Amino acid sequence: MTLLDVVIFLPLVAFLILMAMPKESPEGIRRFSLISSIVVFIVSLGLIGPYWFNTPGKYVFENNQPWIETPSIRYHVAIDGISLWLVILSTLLTPLCVLVSWRYIEKHVKQFYAFLLLLEFGLVGVFCALDLFLFFVFWEVSLVPMYFLIGVWGHDRRIYSAVKFFLYTMAGSALMLVAIIYLYNASGTFDYPKILAGLQSGSIAVTSQEQLLLFLAFFIAFAIKVPLFPLHTWLPDAHVEAPTAGSVMLASVMLKMGTFGLLRYCVPMFPNAARNCSGWISTLAIIGIIYGALVAMVQPNMKKLVAYSSVSHLGFVVLGIFTFTQQGFDGAVYQMLNHGVSTGALFILVGFLYERRHSLEIASYGGVATPAPKLSTVFMITMLASIGLPMLNNFVGEFLVLQGVALVNMRMTAFAAIGVILSACYMLWLYQRVFFGKATEDLTHHMPDLNLREYAIIVPLIALMVWMGTFSQSFIPAISASNTVLLGPVDARRDLHVRIAPPVQPVAARIEETPDAR
Amino acid sequence: MPANFVPTQADYLRFLPEIIMVVVGTLIMLLQGMMGDNKKRSLTALTLLGFAAALAAAVMANNNPGTSFTNMMVVDGFGTFFRVLVIAVGILTVLSSSQYLRREHAESSEYYALLLFSVTGQCVMATANELIMIFIGLEISSIATYVLAGYLRDDKRNNEAALKYFLLGSFATAFFLYGVAWIYGTTGSTNLSDIRTFLVTPGVHRNLILPGTAAALMFVGLAFKVSAAPFQVWAPDVYQGAPAPVTLFMSAGPKAAAFAIFLRIFMTAFEPITSRWEPFVWSSALLTMIIGNFAALTQTNIKRMLAYSSIAHAGYVMVAITAHSQIGIAAAMFYLAAYAMMNIGAFAVITHFSRQGEKFVNIEDMAGLGWKQPVTAGLFTIFLLSLIGVPLTGGFFGKFYIFKAALDADLVWLAVLGLLNSAVAAYYYLRVIVVMYMQEPGESTVTLEPLSAGIRTTLWATALGTLILGIFPSLLLNFARNSSALVK
Repeated sequence: MTLLDVVIFLPLVAFLILMAMPKESPEGIRRFSLISSIVVFIVSLGLIGPYWFNTPGKYVFENNQPWIETPSIRYHVAIDGISLWLVILSTLLTPLCVLVSWRYIEKHVKQFYAFLLLLEFGLVGVFCALDLFLFFVFWEVSLVPMYFLIGVWGHDRRIYSAVKFFLYTMAGSALMLVAIIYLYNASGTFDYPKILAGLQSGSIAVTSQEQLLLFLAFFIAFAIKVPLFPLHTWLPDAHVEAPTAGSVMLASVMLKMGTFGLLRYCVPMFPNAARNCSGWISTLAIIGIIYGALVAMVQPNMKKLVAYSSVSHLGFVVLGIFTFTQQGFDGAVYQMLNHGVSTGALFILVGFLYERRHSLEIASYGGVATPAPKLSTVFMITMLASIGLPMLNNFVGEFLVLQGVALVNMRMTAFAAIGVILSACYMLWLYQRVFFGKATEDLTHHMPDLNLREYAIIVPLIALMVWMGTFSQSFIPAISASNTVLLGPVDARRDLHVRIAPPVQPVAARIEETPDAR
Repeated sequence: MPANFVPTQADYLRFLPEIIMVVVGTLIMLLQGMMGDNKKRSLTALTLLGFAAALAAAVMANNNPGTSFTNMMVVDGFGTFFRVLVIAVGILTVLSSSQYLRREHAESSEYYALLLFSVTGQCVMATANELIMIFIGLEISSIATYVLAGYLRDDKRNNEAALKYFLLGSFATAFFLYGVAWIYGTTGSTNLSDIRTFLVTPGVHRNLILPGTAAALMFVGLAFKVSAAPFQVWAPDVYQGAPAPVTLFMSAGPKAAAFAIFLRIFMTAFEPITSRWEPFVWSSALLTMIIGNFAALTQTNIKRMLAYSSIAHAGYVMVAITAHSQIGIAAAMFYLAAYAMMNIGAFAVITHFSRQGEKFVNIEDMAGLGWKQPVTAGLFTIFLLSLIGVPLTGGFFGKFYIFKAALDADLVWLAVLGLLNSAVAAYYYLRVIVVMYMQEPGESTVTLEPLSAGIRTTLWATALGTLILGIFPSLLLNFARNSSALVK
């Protein structure tokens, strides 16, 4: 048992204990969830250990145990430099989400926190699994609690959004399951490192057409989750209707499941197909960047605006991945973390506003800066981070992505950079309409400034934005080392060297040979 | 069977479960007259005892596998698997029924006796090794089930269900029998392995029209029994009309037994002519999944919705049959066990919820159940998630093994379409969860009494079973794999 197992299963243990607690004392439930999630976070910091002095590109904290005999499914987990930070992002945001919901969630308190902890279990598992089957299990397990978080504690159209969210992901993952089983039949294992090695050495024979279909099956599942234009329509609904904690976990961590999947599974396993498809995928990513930004600009609803800005930001991540350059990969991963921190913070701040005024419409605000200067300040910093101001986190990620794109295609860089400009437009305009101007009597009355709990939530995130913007070297070496490994087979600077299996006999011919084989 | 045949001790031991159940069933009918009304409870206990003894006998019989009664029946892993399954279904049905029967003032011995006889028939089906035995088992099981479907005889819906089930069912069994006649005419035998030997012998199978037609006729009869398209039309009406605990029973027991004979006949006797029947089963599987899932989308009555869902699940098992491999058989066995668990659980919740006269059987009635009776709703959620096929539940591994078997057999399109179908299915199961957790409680939820002991036992047992099959599937799958070699 390694430290990683503790991080994975502690939330599940906390979930089970919570389920056994009496529902009559909501205060005790809140305290228990807060303490347990903070403990998980502190323990997860220990995962940085191996990355402290050197930066191994390989997996650490590996644990490989048999789980199911037939077919051979193993509990195989480990982290690399990419999943390390994504795990820590998940464990950091969970206690913050507990705090965010402290006063906001009043009905069915016990179940709410239970689902939050179960969600953490699923998310951490997704980033650590090295067995394709285990990955799929965690992928689906994380779906259920989020469905309930949106559906039970959301706003007016919550049911529609929750079901849409569930069905979109479910349809995508059905295809992924077919591809996983297909790979198992070809290789005889679900073990990701073995499959990867087999595919790269050519010992697992797939024709280029099979490779393309497998790639697409995985790609669609991940693209829905990212979400990549035009599969993004579930996202604004889910975000707008979810409670604040749900939006935060969804935007900050769950969307990363998609981009993480692209980077970890799609691209290294099927490099030829990925390279062949990169043209239209990058185009879709750029469309997503610009379309998301333009649509964000005209939203009257703050949460919807932030949601569409996510579509735009995640476009950068996908674009970075499909450049197949070191800079592009590093930028994409860094941008995943940045987006997690800054968009998470934006959703939290919008939640603060909502708790005060019970409205998400931009039009019902104006002049908030007068009664609540501190809230306005932190919102300002977060917004600037999201735009990509130098010295704040998003700048580093976007810069690296654009640099990577520039190495392969200058025209795409130009289009993608438009997205950065547009993000300044919609964010600044949002800020102007909400915080500046003259505050009405009614608004001033309902707009107390930040309290202690809210400080405790937002200050760590602000600190992270500054830290990640100024000392990116604390994070990037670990990411880079793992990316170099992933990049190996697909590097844009090299010709593809993955062997393609010779075309197999047509199916009809094989059957004739062995008429009674089945 | 030779005229001077004398059964040996081993023959009786292998047939012991059936003997026990028939004796207990008859005993219950006799005791009825001697007992006062206040002693009815002991009948439930006696039935459970009978089932438990039969279960033990079935397990013991497997220690000494082999054929009995001059090859008429065979005790093997496959047969034992289904015997244990249908007897377990019988036990869970008794546990879920007693409160319902008291509520409807219909508690009497016939119910339990019929249940015992029906399960006896299914056990015969599970272990039969030749077509006449299969037919006899099928009839014993079906006739008892027809009567059970119309058990509340003053209720119009019950009568309608029973009549429909009876008329269409007899018609389908006639088809099956006609197929048996054809195959006997062609091959001169009703024994499954003899038929197979005949068909694989070189020279004689040039003309496949006669055995092919026989297979087609039997397929019609069997497809009716498992409610596979295009012979599924009866299922929604009968499932909706029959008393809730009987629907619980019908959707698990007779269905599993029908699949058992389906597998046994088509994987042994008709295995040599696979290429003939595969396209039909392929299209029937696809059609069954599509009809079941898409029709379920628009249902408002929860029993009817689960009836369509049961059709869809039959389609998944048909996929495993289409794969016609040992892995496919094991997958089908696993799936039927998992399906029995989750479906019995779901119907037990409905039995509990529907109240007198089955007043509350609409999906909307369950509004707010999640907060009124969190345990009931929580367990129901587990069953629904398992029916959707979410990991860590038995339903997921059932689907997983089936579609894996399909991919092994190069049925890529069937697997892809089947899995997309199961994404469609998620919608209607989710709707129940939505109603339970995301809507305010209505009159029907507020007036709900606590769970009865019998139903609570059923719910916990099936939920535990569903989760165990979902977390440690090897426990059951290994047994299924070891007993999936039907051709001996």
